[in-house]
Amino acid sequence: MSWIDQAKKGIKAITAEKKEIPDNLWSKCPACADVLYHRELARNLWVCGNCNHHLRLTTEQYRDLLCDPGTWRETHTGIISMDPLGFKDSKSYEERIKATLKKTGREDAIVVGGAEIDGLPVQLGIMDFEFMGGSMGSVVGEKIARMLLDALRERQAAIIVSRSGGARMQESLLSLMQMAKTSAVLSRLREEGVPFVSILTNPTTGGVTASYASLGDVNIAEPKALIGFAGPRVIQQTINSELPEGFQSSEFLLEHGMIDMIVPRKELRPRLAAVLHWFVDGRDVSVPRAGLG
Amino acid sequence: MNPKTTPWLEFEKPIVELEERIRTLEDSASLRGLDVTDEVQRLRERVMSLGREIFDSLDDWQRVQLARHPRRPTTQDYLRLIFDSFNELHGDRAFRDDPSLITGLAFLGRRPVMVIGHQKGRDTKSNIHRNFGMAHPEGYRKAMRVMELAARNRRPIVTFIDTPGAYPGLGAEERGQGEAIARNLRDMAALPVPVLVFVTGEGGSGGALAIGVGNRVYMLENSIYSVISPEGCAAILWRDRAKAADAARAMKITARDALRLGVIDAVLPEPTGGAHRDHIATAAVLKSRIIADLDELASVGAEDLRRQRLDKFLAMGIFQEG
Repeated sequence: MSWIDQAKKGIKAITAEKKEIPDNLWSKCPACADVLYHRELARNLWVCGNCNHHLRLTTEQYRDLLCDPGTWRETHTGIISMDPLGFKDSKSYEERIKATLKKTGREDAIVVGGAEIDGLPVQLGIMDFEFMGGSMGSVVGEKIARMLLDALRERQAAIIVSRSGGARMQESLLSLMQMAKTSAVLSRLREEGVPFVSILTNPTTGGVTASYASLGDVNIAEPKALIGFAGPRVIQQTINSELPEGFQSSEFLLEHGMIDMIVPRKELRPRLAAVLHWFVDGRDVSVPRAGLG
Repeated sequence: MNPKTTPWLEFEKPIVELEERIRTLEDSASLRGLDVTDEVQRLRERVMSLGREIFDSLDDWQRVQLARHPRRPTTQDYLRLIFDSFNELHGDRAFRDDPSLITGLAFLGRRPVMVIGHQKGRDTKSNIHRNFGMAHPEGYRKAMRVMELAARNRRPIVTFIDTPGAYPGLGAEERGQGEAIARNLRDMAALPVPVLVFVTGEGGSGGALAIGVGNRVYMLENSIYSVISPEGCAAILWRDRAKAADAARAMKITARDALRLGVIDAVLPEPTGGAHRDHIATAAVLKSRIIADLDELASVGAEDLRRQRLDKFLAMGIFQEG
C-alpha cells in the first residue's frame, strides 16, 4: 500500500492496532484540520498537539490507557445481538449486525472485564462507537448488568467509559428497557457502597446519558465532548433557533452541575486512580493540589 | 375539549356517522311519536359489526393515531373516574412545578395511594400549558420526590404514562434531562412499596420510562410504547419524517408486541372503538386491575418487592449466547 492509499484511509487507520506506526501515516485533526502524524499522535494519546482535540480512542487504546499492564481479563464474551423485532429499514437489522460483526471484529458496542488500576481491582466496561454508533441494545445492557453484578459481588469499584449515540432503535422497546435494567443494578451498588465512576467521552447522548452515564458517584468527562440527552439537531428543530456556542459540551455540563470534573486524557489515569483510592483504601495518591489550581 | 370541533380519525368516521344517524332517527321518531325500535336495533348491530371489522384489523399507524387521539382519556380523567379523592402535590422543591406531570395523594376507596401521570392538554391553550405532556427535568424530579414520600409512608404508587417523550429543549438540557431520567430509573428500582404502571396513551421513550419502573407494567390495548417516536426514528433511519408509518411498523410499538417481547405483564382491553369512545368503561378496566394488584401485593414485603422489580428488569432483553 502506498502512503497515499494509507493516508486516504485517514481516521480508519488510527483504529488499526499496530505496534509499529510508520512515519508516513498521518491524518487531519477533525477539529482544526492540522496534519497529525500518527507516531506523534500515539505519543500524545491521540490528542491533537495543535488544538487539544481529543480524537476517539479504540477500545484497546482506552483499556491500555486505564489499566495496569497485563491485568485486563475480558468477561461475559460470546453474547451476540439477535433481531427480535425483524427490524428493517434500508437493510435488515440482522444483515446490519452480521456486517458490523465482520467489519469491527467485535461482539457488540461494549467490552467488559476485570482489571487493576493502580493496583486496585476494578470492573470495567468500555463502549465502542464503531459498533453501530455505540448504541445500546440487549447485548450492551446485559453485559453492563453482569459486569455491575460482578462488581457488587466482589465489592470492586465499577467504571464505564461511555461513547454512544444512545439506545439502539433496531431493538426499540428492548433497548429502552436496558436503561432501566442497568440503572436498577446501580441502585444496588449505591446501597452497598460500591463506587461507580462514569467516564463520559465524545459523544455520549440519548438513552446512555439518561441512564448509567449520568449516575456515577463521580462523573468524569473528557474535554469538549458532546454530552446530552436530546440530539442538538432535534433541539434546534424544536426550539427553531440557533443553539448557543458550546451547548452540550463537557464544559457546559460542568458549568450546569452535571459532571464533577473535566480531565484531559493525559491526566485521566492518575486522576481516576486518585478517585478510586479515595473510595477503596483511603490512600492519597493525588498529584499535589490536583483540582485546586 | 369541544366535542363538536375535536376531529375524528379518518378510519373511525364511518362508525361516528352511523351513530349520528341513529341519534337523528331517535330524535325525530320521539318528536313524531313513531316506533323505530327495529330500525335502531338494526343500525346498532351494524355499528357493532363495523366497529369490530375496523378495529380487529387496525394497522400499527392507526394504533399510533388512536394512542394520540385528542379525545382519549388523560390522567385527569382517570383521577376523576377511578379514585375517590385527589389532592395534587406540586413542585420539585428546586426549580418549579412542571404541569406536564401530575402527582398527588389519592384515595381508592379507603386505600391511600400516590398517583403520578403525564398530562396532555385538550386544546391548544391547555396543551401549551401542559407542554403537550412533555416533561422537563423538574417534572421527573417532582415525580421522584413524591415517590420517595410514598415510600417513607408505605403507600403504594400508581403511574399513568402518556407522553410523546421528554422535552428536547435548551432549559431541559441545562437542568439535566438525562440525569433526571437516569435518577428515576435507579431510584424507582429501589422503592420498598408496590409500583403499578399503566401505559394509557403514548409511551414515548425515556420520558415514559422515567415513571415506568414498576412491579407490574400494563398497556391499554391501543397504547404504544417505543424507544423513539415513529417520526424521530423515520427522520434518522429513513431521513424523512413522513416515513413515520414505516418506522412505527418496524419498531413494533403496539401493546401486543410489548407483551410478546416480555416487557409488559398484560394488555388491558379497551371498549370497541377505543378508550376515547367510553372513558368510564376504560377507567373501570384500570380500576379493577389496580384493586386486584394492590390486594395481591399488600402482603409482599418491602425487600421482596424490590427484588421482584430488579429481577423483572434484569430479565429484559433478547440475545444469543454461546
